[in-house]
Amino acid sequence: MEIQEFINCFAAQFDDTDPEIFKAETKFREIEEWSSLTTLAIIAMVDDEYKVKIKGDDIRNAQSIEDLYNIVKSRM
Amino acid sequence: MKAFIKGISYYLPTHVLSNEELVKDFPEWSVEKVAAKIGVKERHVVADDECASDMAVKAAEKLIEEYNIDRSTIDFVLLCTQSPDYYLPTTACLVQERLKLPTSVGALDFNLGCSGFVYGLSLAKGLVYAGIARNILLITAETYSKHLHPKDKGNRTIFGDAASATLVSTDGFAEIMNFSLGTDGSGAENLIVKTGALRCREKQNDLIFDESNNPVSSDYLYMNGSEIFNFTLEFVPLLVEDTLLKNHLTQTEINMFVFHQANKYMLNFLRKKLKVPEELFYYYLENVGNTVSSTIPIALKEAQNENRLSGNVLIAGFGVGYSWAGAVLKYN
Repeated sequence: MEIQEFINCFAAQFDDTDPEIFKAETKFREIEEWSSLTTLAIIAMVDDEYKVKIKGDDIRNAQSIEDLYNIVKSRM
Repeated sequence: MKAFIKGISYYLPTHVLSNEELVKDFPEWSVEKVAAKIGVKERHVVADDECASDMAVKAAEKLIEEYNIDRSTIDFVLLCTQSPDYYLPTTACLVQERLKLPTSVGALDFNLGCSGFVYGLSLAKGLVYAGIARNILLITAETYSKHLHPKDKGNRTIFGDAASATLVSTDGFAEIMNFSLGTDGSGAENLIVKTGALRCREKQNDLIFDESNNPVSSDYLYMNGSEIFNFTLEFVPLLVEDTLLKNHLTQTEINMFVFHQANKYMLNFLRKKLKVPEELFYYYLENVGNTVSSTIPIALKEAQNENRLSGNVLIAGFGVGYSWAGAVLKYN
């Protein structure tokens, strides 16, 4: 699994945020559009695309998209 | 001996809480956007002096009138609520008196949330099959609005108050087939009102706001959205599979899926995961919200009004407890 593919899937969960701003080091909780509903969207995306289960706490404990990517990768 | 649904009616409180009204309380929040995602435009909320028993009586009166039911034939009342009028007596006893049902009726409450209606059908079917009762009034009545913190924008957007009344009898328009039931109490903490009952009777006044600025307090309903979402993703597909198995059916033999209307976002995700075509998956929450144990009977009523129910209908309820229940209804 490639990190760029993960970033693209991550960015696709946002409606109003420019996909260009999503980078491996992006601190996603600082994105204005981020909400508790986005947490569910990310959980659903990871379940759907990677067949991996992540928890709300995994997302809360990750700072950057890369942190989350590493969590997902470690469970594949 | 067979058991059927013979009638369904429901009652919604008069006061409508619209998205426009909600946004007045949360000006910083894009309520329209979130409401579009979860599929709720308005929900009904009880008045301060309106309780579960009041809604239960109104729903039952509608059922009796709509289906021209002779109240002396009702021989059991099953009432599902997590917001009873009192610790005791049982809400179903108050309802017996107010509906002027015979004193020979059996009556009891049971405490379940989103799985409650399906559980109620399983109990009612058992009463019919055992020859204990022939006309069971199954009521769901929930005033979750009384459990919500005024600043809890997420839950105030999702939940609505309502009551439903269903007559289960030895004949009717939908035969109640087989059930799949389940429980996992390890999820209790993820959807809970911690205080007010006897483990912790006094209010804790421990309100804090989490990183999304949502209020978290022992004195109000707490829902860990991501944990509940994960529970649903994991267990609902298994529940559907087991319900089909218990009924010796395959998914293609189901003409309509009527799930607990938790929120549209989650339902869409479940529908896609289960590969159910959109036209075979019923949604009804835009004008009522998530009414907990009443979502399935309300949806069944509306789907029937739209002539969308025939043959095998799979119903599934899941949530607080954790508790889940599925069944097949065979419509005429």
